[in-house]
Amino acid sequence: MMANMKTMFDLNQIDSQGGSVNVASNDQPVVAKNALEVRDLNFFYGSFQGLKNINLDIEEGKVTAFIGPSGCGKSTLLRTLNRMYDLYPGQRAEGEINFYGQNILEPGQDLNLLRSRIGMVFQKPTPFPMSIYENIAFGVRLYEKLSRSEMDERVEWALNKAALWNEAKDKLNQSGLSLSGGQQQRLCIARGVAVKPSVILLDEPTSALDPISTGKIEELINELKHEYTIAIVTHNMQQAARVSDYTAYMYLGSLIEYGKTDEIFIKPKRKETEDYITGRFG
Amino acid sequence: MNKTTNIDPALFSKRKRANKIGLTLSMSAMVLGMIFLLWILGVLFYKGFSSLDLTIFTHSTPAPGSEGGGLANAIVGSLMLVGCCTLLSTPVGVLAGLYLSEYGDRSRIASVTRFVTDIMLSAPSIVIGLFVYALVVAQVRHFSGWAGTIALALIAVPVVVRTTENMLRLVPGSLREAAYALGTPKWKVAFMITLRAAQSGVMTGILLALARISGETAPLLFTALNNQFFSTNMNAPMANLPVVIFQFAMSPYENWVDLAWGGALLITIAVLGLNILARVVFREKVQG
Repeated sequence: MMANMKTMFDLNQIDSQGGSVNVASNDQPVVAKNALEVRDLNFFYGSFQGLKNINLDIEEGKVTAFIGPSGCGKSTLLRTLNRMYDLYPGQRAEGEINFYGQNILEPGQDLNLLRSRIGMVFQKPTPFPMSIYENIAFGVRLYEKLSRSEMDERVEWALNKAALWNEAKDKLNQSGLSLSGGQQQRLCIARGVAVKPSVILLDEPTSALDPISTGKIEELINELKHEYTIAIVTHNMQQAARVSDYTAYMYLGSLIEYGKTDEIFIKPKRKETEDYITGRFG
Repeated sequence: MNKTTNIDPALFSKRKRANKIGLTLSMSAMVLGMIFLLWILGVLFYKGFSSLDLTIFTHSTPAPGSEGGGLANAIVGSLMLVGCCTLLSTPVGVLAGLYLSEYGDRSRIASVTRFVTDIMLSAPSIVIGLFVYALVVAQVRHFSGWAGTIALALIAVPVVVRTTENMLRLVPGSLREAAYALGTPKWKVAFMITLRAAQSGVMTGILLALARISGETAPLLFTALNNQFFSTNMNAPMANLPVVIFQFAMSPYENWVDLAWGGALLITIAVLGLNILARVVFREKVQG
C-alpha cells in the first residue's frame, strides 16, 4: 500500500515537470502506457447490473471517448474510475481497475488520495460558493502547502490552462457563481487541473453549454491531452470524433466496440456500432 | 360563441362562478385574519408609542407605588438572555443539523433525533420552563439568568436544527460530488462546501429562532424570573421584557401598565426587525 502511494506521488512529480510520458525511473518502460486498465468489471445498483464484464485500457496521454444511448452505462463506467459511486450505499463494483498497476477496487484504498489523482468534471457547472481564486486554491490546499505567491502562480497557471485567465484575471475575488455557464464550466476544469491529477474524467462536460463555449472546451481538451490522460463521456458523436483518440461504444451496460476513433467512425467492425453512429439506431 | 371552438358555454360560466366563489371565500378569510392583526398592531402602536420616551431606556423598573421609571434593566436583561441563548444554541443546532443532513441521513439515531426535535418544536414552552426549573433552579435553589438561557436554548435549538438540516438538503448533490471529486475529505466537504452553500438559509433559521424566543414568557417565569434592579449577573434572577410585561400589565398602577405597553411595542419591533432581516439575508442568497 505504501509503495503504491509512493508511485502515485512520483507520478505527480512527473506531471508537474511537464507531463513527460517516457519515464525512465518507472518499473515498466513501455512506449504506449496505460493509465487505467479495466478488467472484468461488473457494476451493480442494488440488484440491477449497470455494467457487464467490461474490459478496456485507457492509454496515457490520450483522449478516450465513451458514446452510447442514454442509460448504456457510460457515465457509470466513468464513475467507477474514481470510485465516485462509493458515496452511495447499495452501489458496488466487482472486477479490477488498475491505475498504474494498483487495483483501485481493492478494499483499503485512500479514496481522497485516489480522487486527487483522478479528477472529474461534471455535466452541470458546479462552482463552489466562494471566489474564483478560492475555487481553485481550495483543491490545491488539500494536498499541498504553497506560499501565497506560489498559490497565485498556480491559480494563474490553472486558469490559463482552462483558457479563462483573460476573462477572470480582473475579478479573481468575485464569486465563482458570477461567471456565465461556459465560464463556470471552464472554472471547474481549471479547478480540476490545478491539483495536477494524472487522469481527468469529463462527464458530458458540454451538454449544458452553447456551441461557442463547447468549442472552447473542445479546444481545451486538445490542449490538455498533452499532459493529462482524459476520459470523456459524450452524447455528441461529432464531439467524440473531433476530440478523441479512442472511442468506446456501449449499449445496455456492455462494451460493444472499442478502438481507435478513426476506425470506429470510418469502418466499425460491429453492425450495432455502425447503426448507432449513422443514426439508424433502434 | 364561435363555432370553431368546442367550449360549452354552460360549463364555462359554471367554472367562472365556481372561481368567483372560491376567490370570495379565500379573500374574506384573509381579510378576517388581517383585521385582527391590524387591530392588535394598531392598539399596540397607539398605546405603546404614547408611553415610549427616553426614560424607558435610562431608568429601571419602578417600585410599587413610585412614580415614573423605565425598562432599562429589562431591556438589558432580555438582550443578555437572548444573546447567551444564541451563543449556546447556534453551534449546537447547526452541528446537529449538519449531522442529520450529512452524516446520519437515514440511520436510526438520525431518525430518532429528528423525531425528538419535532416533538421539541411543538412542546408547550411552559413545560420546558418547568423542566429547567426542576433541573436547575430547584437544584441551586435560586432563579438565575443562566437557567433562563438554558430554557430559551431548549426552545431555539430544535428550530435551528430543523432549518439547518432542510437548508443543507437543498444544496444539490452535484456540488458535494464536485468537492469529493477533488479528493476532499468528508468533514471538509460538509463544513467548507455544503454549509457554506447553505449559509444564508442557516442564518435565516437562526434569526427566526431568535425572533421566536425573544417573546417567550413562560420559560422565563420559572427560570430567570424577574429583578426589580439593574443587574448583569447571570447567576442572579434577571429582569426581562416578557416577564415585566406579564407582571406590569396586570398591575393596578397606571405607570406600570404604560411601561408594559412600551415593552410590548419594543419586543414587537425587535421581532419584526429580525423577521425582516431574515428575509433580506435569504433574498441575498437567492440572488447570489
